[in-house]
Formats: sequence, C-alpha cells, structure tokens
Amino acid sequence: MRDRFIATASALLDEDPRAVVVLADISSDGFQDASRAHPDRVINVGIREQLLVGATGGLALAGLRPIAHTFASFLIERPFEQVKLDLGHQAVGAVLVSANASYDWPAGGRTHMAPGDVALLDTLPGWTVHIPGHPDEVEPLLRDAMAGDDLVYLRLSAQSNGAARPIRPGRFLTVREGAGPVVIAVGPVLDDTLKAVEGLDVTVLYAATVRPFDTPALRAALTGRAAADVVLVEPYLANTSAPFVSEALHDVPHRILGLGVAREELRNYGEQHEHIAAHGLDPRSLRDRITAWLPAPV
Amino acid sequence: MTSTSEDLISLRSPSPSPSPSPSPDSTIGWAELPALMSLMDGAEKHGPAATSTLDTLWVLYDRVLRVSPDTAEAPDRDRFLLSKGHGPMAYYAILAAKGFIDPAVLPTFGRFHSPLGHHPDRTLIPGVEIGSGSLGHGLPMGVGTALGLRARGLSDPAVWVLIGDAELDEGSNHEALAYAGAARLDRLHTVVIDNQSATHGWSGGIASRFSAAGWSAVTVDGRDHEALHRAFTQPHPGRPHAVVAVVEPKN
Repeated sequence: MRDRFIATASALLDEDPRAVVVLADISSDGFQDASRAHPDRVINVGIREQLLVGATGGLALAGLRPIAHTFASFLIERPFEQVKLDLGHQAVGAVLVSANASYDWPAGGRTHMAPGDVALLDTLPGWTVHIPGHPDEVEPLLRDAMAGDDLVYLRLSAQSNGAARPIRPGRFLTVREGAGPVVIAVGPVLDDTLKAVEGLDVTVLYAATVRPFDTPALRAALTGRAAADVVLVEPYLANTSAPFVSEALHDVPHRILGLGVAREELRNYGEQHEHIAAHGLDPRSLRDRITAWLPAPV
Repeated sequence: MTSTSEDLISLRSPSPSPSPSPSPDSTIGWAELPALMSLMDGAEKHGPAATSTLDTLWVLYDRVLRVSPDTAEAPDRDRFLLSKGHGPMAYYAILAAKGFIDPAVLPTFGRFHSPLGHHPDRTLIPGVEIGSGSLGHGLPMGVGTALGLRARGLSDPAVWVLIGDAELDEGSNHEALAYAGAARLDRLHTVVIDNQSATHGWSGGIASRFSAAGWSAVTVDGRDHEALHRAFTQPHPGRPHAVVAVVEPKN
C-alpha cells in the first residue's frame, strides 16, 4: 500500500499545483524523484513530528492541499495537539496518510504500534477516515481526498485482502447478503471476516471508509429484520465504531459485538499473523466469537 | 481584493511614527491605544502579558506589515501570526486602531457571543491569521505558511510570528527554528518578546538559539520604537530573521 501511496501522491504532485507532500524522514527515499521534480512541494522536515503537522497547517493556511505522512504512531498520537489545533481549530483541511497501522511491524514493538489512532481522531470533529483494504483501493481514496478541502485520514497497512473491491469513497459496500446479523468489516480484515462467517446466514458490509459512518447503509441492511444484531470487525481498537453503531440505531433495540485490537499491551514481537491471532482476529477466532454471541435459535 | 504593487511599495516605505495608517478609514494612533485597551475588562487580563507586546505590535502594524483591512484576504499580504495568544488586548486594540475590527466590540471582550476571546480565534476576527492560546504552535505554522507561499511562487510576502520567552520552552519551537534555518526560509521572521518569564531562563541568550540554527538574530529594547523598526527592517539575505524584543521583567 505504501508504494501505491507514493506513486499516487507523486502523480498528484505532477497534476495538481495545490498538492504538497510533507514528510518526517519516513518514506523520504520513495519521494526522491518527486522531490527533484517539485523541490518546493516535497518537504522533509526531518524527525520533527510536531513541526510535520504544524507546518502542514501553515501550508493549508497558505492555500495548498497538504499530504502529511509518517507512521501512525508519529502522525496521530505523538503530535495529537497539533492535529487538533493546527488543522481543525484553524478551520483548514489536510490529508494525513499513515503507515504501519496497528501491528505492521510487530518485531518493532509497542513504540511502532498505533491501534488507538482512529479512536483518537473520533474525539475531533470533521474527520473523514479511509481504511483501504487493498493497494488498489489506495489511489481512488487518495484522489477523492485530494479533490476536497476537508480533513482526511488515510490509514495504510501491510495487511491486505486478496483483491480490491469496487468501493465508493464514503460508502459501505454490501459484499454478502443474509437474513441474520449484519457484519461490518473495516479495510484489511474483510477476507478473514468472510472466511469466519462462511456458511452463516449474515450480511457483510465492507467499510473502506469508516468516518463518516455510513448510517444509511447500516439501517438499510437491517431493514425488515426481527433483530438489529451488528458485528464490528476493525483492524484497530475493538469497539472504536460501537458508538457510531449505537447512534445509527438510537431508536432501535440492538446488540453489538465489537471485535478488534485489545487495549492491553501484548509485549510480544514476532510476525503480524501472530498478533492477528493473539487479538482473536484470525478466521477461526472470529468465527468462534461471532457464533458464541449469536442468539440461540428459538 | 488584492492591492496593487504600488500600494504595497508605499506601505512598506519607512515613515516617521506615527505614520499614516494602512487603513484610510482609521486615524487612531499610538496615543489612543490605552483608551482602546481600557474598553476591555473582565476577570482575566493576563496582567503584564497584555502590555509586553504593545510596542512591538504597534511598530509592526504601523510601519512594517503590508496588510490592511482591504488586503486581509489578499494572497500577497504579509502574514502576522500571534503565537503567544494570551494577553491579546494590545493585539485587539491595534486591530481596532488599524480598522480590522470595530472598536465598539472591544467592551465585549471574553463574553459568550464576543468574537474577542482571551485567546484569539482566526475564524471570528478579520485579519487574525491563526487561532492561538496553546503555546508553541505559531512558529511551526509560520514555517508552513512560508513554505506554502514559496511553493505558490509568492516570494514577496513576509511571515511574522510573535512568541514569548517562556513560550520558547515548548519543544515545538525548537523543531521549527532548527528546520527554518536549515531550509533558509528568508521570508520567515520571529519576534521573541522577552520579559524574562521563562522559569529556567535562557543561559547564553535567546538570540544565540536562533543564530546557532542559521538565523539572522538581533536583540533590541522592546520599548524603543526606532530600535524595533530598525531591527524589523534589517536585511537578512538567505536567512530567516529573529528579533528579541526585551521588555521589563514580568515579575
């Protein structure tokens, strides 16, 4: 995904004079050609993440459409007050593109894991959050983000589904229809979720955009059901989207099962698949947890 | 509402203080600022912080900055970023004196529906470039603004950021000043109002932090208008420029 981001952002620099890429060393090698072609619009501030986001705000104030990029832990968590004040409070827009996600480099440990990034952004107004599930989904989402002037977070991961889906930015995509619960799979957890619910009578919605939350799609998927049972499968902190489901179904009795990354720190290294399993997000664990939660047949 | 280049040249030329205001509608001068400031009351005045900036702000708005109410949205205006957002009464008084805001709103300072908070909000006040209050945000945003103007081919507008000596404690400033020097952002200017309020001081001097990072830096009497004007207009080819304006100690 990161390669596709670099290629798309480099193309946007050629096409759009408002585009500017701001880096803090991470991925700067990938932007070397773009930097030679656009020396004033590829800016590497060094290992300075408060400045990364502060300068991004200043670039937006000067009339540009900045793309700021580094690892999620250093883009959202470390300079969070800059995200809050230098972008939203100034009433300017920007596109923040992160890499490394929740556990893309587990051997790197906790310092390079950011399972709380989306939850943090949920404390702020106005953010669109895209979670592509395949490298081919990065380009349409980034192009959609750059066409606007609002606040957009694009969360890249090394975890990927086998194939891209025909997504529309901002909308959930119905992947499977069934009569039972509605399962919402966010970004790269779709394939494992589909394996987990094989043979179960469920609807699966795919969210490559998770904010704003596609309330109409969820309500439409639940139309005519006897019960509003919703399963969330998210590749970051479990239950991050649960309040949004509750809000969408505020006038309907409903049940929610929120599956995702646990809040507790693992203190394990190893490989990504080991962390997926440790958080109960592999197909077998997902299936066990979903079937255990399903109401017993009457 | 872009001003012509002739306008910009005439506004920039040095003139004796008090000079004609950039705003043809405003004739309020230095002598009237205390009266404007006295219109603002409220429980929180931020005491000495309110007046430490007065002379610097006046010299900038009266004689240096090429921006007026008519050019407050013009792409080629000079930008002034008040990073040290606390104690903004001097700032509001000067914005009123220069015609950006109606002096009649000054008495609403801090009230629920007032545009004038104890820290400024750029979306509520014409001519205010940034909302500030949390320290250490203005200089990084000033760096970005200078980079953005350069990327747009606007090589003329100057970017000015006002910070305090205690605000310089915030590490974000040091990220910004180190980068700005290395990137030779010569349209970026910083005024440090030094009322010796940093808890641990700045041994070796504030200006040395900037000059070590590749800035042009000068320290002047922050109450001497001619000295401030000379410092503000000093040439600094190829380097960003810092002016440390020393005023009486806060305590």
